[in-house]
Amino acid sequence: MDIQLKRGLLDVCVLSSIRNADSYGYQIIKDMKPYLEMSESTLYTILKRLEAAEMLTVKSMEHGGRLRKYYHITEKGLGRINEFQKDFQEILSIYRFIQRGDDA
Amino acid sequence: MNKETFLNALRERLSRLPQDDIEERLAFYGEMIDDRIEEGMAEEAAVAAVGTVEEIAKQVTSEIPLHKLVAGRVKPERKLKGWEIALLIIASPIWIPLLAALVVIVFSAVIALWAGAACVYAVTLVFGVTAVLSLPAAVFLFTLGVPSGGLFMIGAALFLAGLTILMVFLCILVTKGVLFLSRKFLTWLKSRFTRKEGKAHENA
Repeated sequence: MDIQLKRGLLDVCVLSSIRNADSYGYQIIKDMKPYLEMSESTLYTILKRLEAAEMLTVKSMEHGGRLRKYYHITEKGLGRINEFQKDFQEILSIYRFIQRGDDA
Repeated sequence: MNKETFLNALRERLSRLPQDDIEERLAFYGEMIDDRIEEGMAEEAAVAAVGTVEEIAKQVTSEIPLHKLVAGRVKPERKLKGWEIALLIIASPIWIPLLAALVVIVFSAVIALWAGAACVYAVTLVFGVTAVLSLPAAVFLFTLGVPSGGLFMIGAALFLAGLTILMVFLCILVTKGVLFLSRKFLTWLKSRFTRKEGKAHENA
């Protein structure tokens, strides 16, 4: 898949995984597993990128005697998901057009 | 490999990165391992699930911009002593030209690579231009009353046009190749800055 396209897609996937509730690294990986396999290193890079873009915030919380980082989605992050959904509608209609070309 | 050995090995491997970066990454992988253990996975398996030190280091190197690596690398671990600074200044006629030469070598390697590509572009352009110019030449020969020469020129034009099309494909191939090599070269350059130089550092 095109790298730029995949990168955008993964960003939105990670944002979606913290959309309804704050989550932490391992939970995010588990939630995504049925749909896509993501390595820890990849997730780290995406989280850093989203944090730098102010699409999520990070806070460390105590869990079982150690610290765990929780990721919280921001307004900007929610906006990114909406934007993606709108873009995707457009891509879908283009896709349908391409498919028609295939059938003919 | 247990968690501690793994994190230590990773710290060692990433030791040329800025300190904050290392700590943050180690905390991230540590948390991942702890969460897996908490879920009932054996420590060894939890460590293995995170990936190998080598894999992680490779990915980190490819993602981090070069200037950050260099900054982490050239940051001295302690303040320079007076006599060391003096020595640096005295020896500057030696190391400044050497450093400059190194930069020039790297620069010229990149230029040489692109010059090779430029040659292919130039040949393609010349073929294309001659193909087009052969046509008026053919017309000119026909009007002069040399039909055999005119036919020859038309044939030459077609031949050159075909050659130009083939060369365009070659151009695309060469460009891709040069881009690939440039990228390889950059990754290699970066790896110079993350790999530790043997045992010297530990003994220091």
